[in-house]
Amino acid sequence: MSERIIGKVKRVNGPVIEVMGITNAEMFELVRVGNENLIGELIKLQTDSAIVQVYEDTTGVAPYDPVYGSSMQLSVELGPGMISTIYDGIQRPLKTIRDISDIYIKRGITVPSLDRNKKWHFTPLVKQGSKVSGGMILGTVQETQNLVHKILVPPKDSGVIASIVPEGEYTVDDAIAVLKENKTQGSKNLFLMHKWPIRLQRPTNKRLAMNIPLITGQRIIDTLFPVAKGGTVSIPGGFGTGKTMAQQAIAKWCDADVIVYIGCGERGNEITDVLTEFPKLVDPRTGRSLMERTILIANTSNMPVSAREASIYTGITMAEYFRDQGYHVAVMADSTSRWAEALRELSGRMEEMPAEEGFPAYLPTKIAEFYERAGYMETLSGQNGSVSVIGAVSPPGGDFSEPVTQHTKRFIRCFWALDRDLANARHYPAISWLDSYSEYLNDIGSWWQQSANPDWFNERAEIMELLHREVRLQQVVKLVGPDALPDTQRFILEVCTLFKNAFLQQNAYDKVDTFSTIQKQAKMLHIILVYWRRGSEAIKKGITMVNLRKMKIYQDVVRMKFTIPNEDLSGLDKIEARLERSMDQLEALHA
Amino acid sequence: MPDLNNKHLLSRREYISVDKIEGPLVFIRNTHPVGYRELIECIDKQGNVRLGIVLETSVSTVVAQVFEGTSGLTLPDTRVRFSGEPLTIAVSKEMLGRVFNGLGQPIDGGPPQRSDIELDVNGMAINPTSRQYPRDFIQTGISVIDGMNTLIRGQKLPIFSGNGLPHNELAAQIAKQAKIRGSDTEVAVVFAAMGVKHDIARFFTRSFEQSGVLGNVALFLSLADDPSIERLITPRTTLTLAEYLAFKQDMHVLVIMTDMTNYCESLREISTIRGEIPSRKGYPGYLYSDLAELYERSGMIKGYKGSITLLPILTMPNDDISHPIPDLSGYITEGQIVFEREMDGRGIYPPVAGLPSLSRLMKDGIGKGMTREDHPHLASQLFAAYSYVKDVRNLASVIGEEELTPLDCKYLEFGTQFEQKFVSQRQDEQRNIEQTLDLGWEVLRSLPVEELHRITEQEIEKYYGG
Repeated sequence: MSERIIGKVKRVNGPVIEVMGITNAEMFELVRVGNENLIGELIKLQTDSAIVQVYEDTTGVAPYDPVYGSSMQLSVELGPGMISTIYDGIQRPLKTIRDISDIYIKRGITVPSLDRNKKWHFTPLVKQGSKVSGGMILGTVQETQNLVHKILVPPKDSGVIASIVPEGEYTVDDAIAVLKENKTQGSKNLFLMHKWPIRLQRPTNKRLAMNIPLITGQRIIDTLFPVAKGGTVSIPGGFGTGKTMAQQAIAKWCDADVIVYIGCGERGNEITDVLTEFPKLVDPRTGRSLMERTILIANTSNMPVSAREASIYTGITMAEYFRDQGYHVAVMADSTSRWAEALRELSGRMEEMPAEEGFPAYLPTKIAEFYERAGYMETLSGQNGSVSVIGAVSPPGGDFSEPVTQHTKRFIRCFWALDRDLANARHYPAISWLDSYSEYLNDIGSWWQQSANPDWFNERAEIMELLHREVRLQQVVKLVGPDALPDTQRFILEVCTLFKNAFLQQNAYDKVDTFSTIQKQAKMLHIILVYWRRGSEAIKKGITMVNLRKMKIYQDVVRMKFTIPNEDLSGLDKIEARLERSMDQLEALHA
Repeated sequence: MPDLNNKHLLSRREYISVDKIEGPLVFIRNTHPVGYRELIECIDKQGNVRLGIVLETSVSTVVAQVFEGTSGLTLPDTRVRFSGEPLTIAVSKEMLGRVFNGLGQPIDGGPPQRSDIELDVNGMAINPTSRQYPRDFIQTGISVIDGMNTLIRGQKLPIFSGNGLPHNELAAQIAKQAKIRGSDTEVAVVFAAMGVKHDIARFFTRSFEQSGVLGNVALFLSLADDPSIERLITPRTTLTLAEYLAFKQDMHVLVIMTDMTNYCESLREISTIRGEIPSRKGYPGYLYSDLAELYERSGMIKGYKGSITLLPILTMPNDDISHPIPDLSGYITEGQIVFEREMDGRGIYPPVAGLPSLSRLMKDGIGKGMTREDHPHLASQLFAAYSYVKDVRNLASVIGEEELTPLDCKYLEFGTQFEQKFVSQRQDEQRNIEQTLDLGWEVLRSLPVEELHRITEQEIEKYYGG
């Protein structure tokens, strides 16, 4: 640790500390405060004083306590060993902290983010004399059974490899190569890991078009409001509407290679839930535990508020690092409102002029900066990788007109609004089909048509139209009762109820229903639409709704989400064939 | 160690440099370097000591809040000492059966509390990796809770109530009846009263006395006529004792805190006096973090036998659930039990609203081996049916009950049965989980079997028919 004293404490107000007598400090420098070495970050400089936000509880910090500089910005360590680890908001491994501390998180603990003793099997891919530039792949480490960790040249370095170690076991501290730098002609050791400042976006070659969906296995999302790989989503919802459930379901089943799950200002038990549940769940694509592709970042609501502000950046920087290796990464941020509130609290303590509801005026800029770090990119090494961001928003009182929801809406392209009434009726996922939207429909339409359903656009449009007609009809029903409607219109209500029960509702605790492949989704939607098309024709021919509902096949359609496994969809073809037959019989009987 | 001596000496130093007194805040100038959140002692003209805590410290001025209030303090005659330590309380198992004020000082006339163990009341954040995910069912003997919003050991489940609703009765009943099946670990109740009236405190004391559990109850009372600032520390002293009992003495602790609304009001008061930028309705922006610091102290820890189950009570101002206090609480707690005034008016006790009430930990604590195998589906079906009842009632109020379809009439009947038989019970009535579930099936029988979408055929055969 640096012993360079950059100043002394002048004033303490919660996590915000004013420092006086500043000599040679830099903006966003990582600092240590007081005799307990609390971690902080320098966020404002003015002549001879500075403001530091401290990432730990500041009880006991007094004026004239020393502040030490570190000569580097708040950074994360990027290298093998991050997968399956749970970190706090400034990348300290919580399991290691527990081993050296006790059940509580003590202050001033310094532990390396990556295990310094663990040896990794490194296979070099470049030779002595190779010309390399930032982001290029030096070699590989098999981090988990299914994840090859590619060791990258730090993005800002380039030069000629003067020497490189042979294949073998190395720790993240061992120099694996010597780089003769282009710029300075000096030599520089390269390691399995490198550091990167969390507030700085990692460079890429260019942004690419987003035309592949991120498959989540959640029917309402994939079929009605899909998100592209590299896309941005916001999930707003009041408490108890299932934000965390939705986030966890996506973290479990989406087809990303790496998941970064940021528990930002949420409940401790939710993190424990993920920690106990994920290792037991099996990833359907790899057959391995889900934990083997997951990184957790936990700043629970009782942990220091300033680290909450940093946790979002810590998470997305890690995600960018895996993207730079050519992977598809999904970031779950639960919840960005807590992050915004942390900004507000710190801003208030710095006595900045507030804008709406006490939030600082730079809130929208910060939100935009964060979401813009998502994208489908060509990496510096010429591969394709993506970072998709799914951010939960917790609007006060469930009111979407508040600043965080509104500003977030400006910078995302997919909106999954959670609905209180649906949640109260225990309709999960409680994503409203009326308020939600996705701007990725056209981008990923051709992928859907090729992969699952050539008629996807039309069928999706058809069911959406029915859902909207149902709302208008429901208004009539509320006034006069359903009996007043003719059967043709009541049948719309009937089909929508069927669609909600048999398709939109998805039981996260049912082994089969928790996840649906897009092929299953396409087929299920098609069957419901067959029921609608044939049924409405039948009604025109004078068949009553009671007759339709009495068909035996109806119950099979209701239960198909539970009964037909993802691996074998032939059952759905049978249901469709039987449905057509039953309709034929009904019409024949009636005629 | 000259440094330690120095600290010791400094803690004896008295300052008479109080510069300003505003509400419960005192501003002291020209002190030695004082640590953030240090405990202070304010000595007034008569020599009485009042405790306080440092809220802000700088080279020139220290701002501290005085828990016992500032009335009677004068600028020239007030002396201040800084202890050099944060506020601690001495804890021991002997505190059960006694009554304390909000700062943990005995007010029952008994001997002063002595213990070698002094703990910082602010506590520390539990490392999420050392938590144990709670999944043990607590039987409260109250159908609507056990059946529909199951309480789990280590859960934080608030009661969202309103003025004049029987939240105190329900909390007392839970404290009296709560049972963990097949467990012999000791159970203790720690009770915090913040700004409640004397007679409510007496109601709880008497109710604990009558049920013979008073020996296992520690009460921390900061009543309505005590200085409002004391309420800010009351839940912290309470939870510090609870942590000690749970994680050092292996006890299962039920913490009841009433009324969180008063706590939040005090927080707002201090924030306003300090001139902080308010967020919603004048509450400080850190209300969420502050409440989380309290609520998150509940739970279970791996390798420890004890647990802290938290039952905060808050009265929703004007019955508005979107008010910042219930709203922020709901974001932190693991569910909520919401009271409905309309049900209370119809004489239903407990008046627990069916739809907005929720227990998030229920899913992992019920079913086969924990309650009974039919519990998850039964609860889900009751919710679904009751939610439809609400729609039917709305419709009936527009078109009249006569115009309803026969099926909808059955739903109306189900709604009445559900509220009268299942939800409603006496204040001394204790139903075990089997009775509760059987009652659930009984009321479901008013619906035809085709309507039970969420129940498997086996369950229908075994329970619905019988």
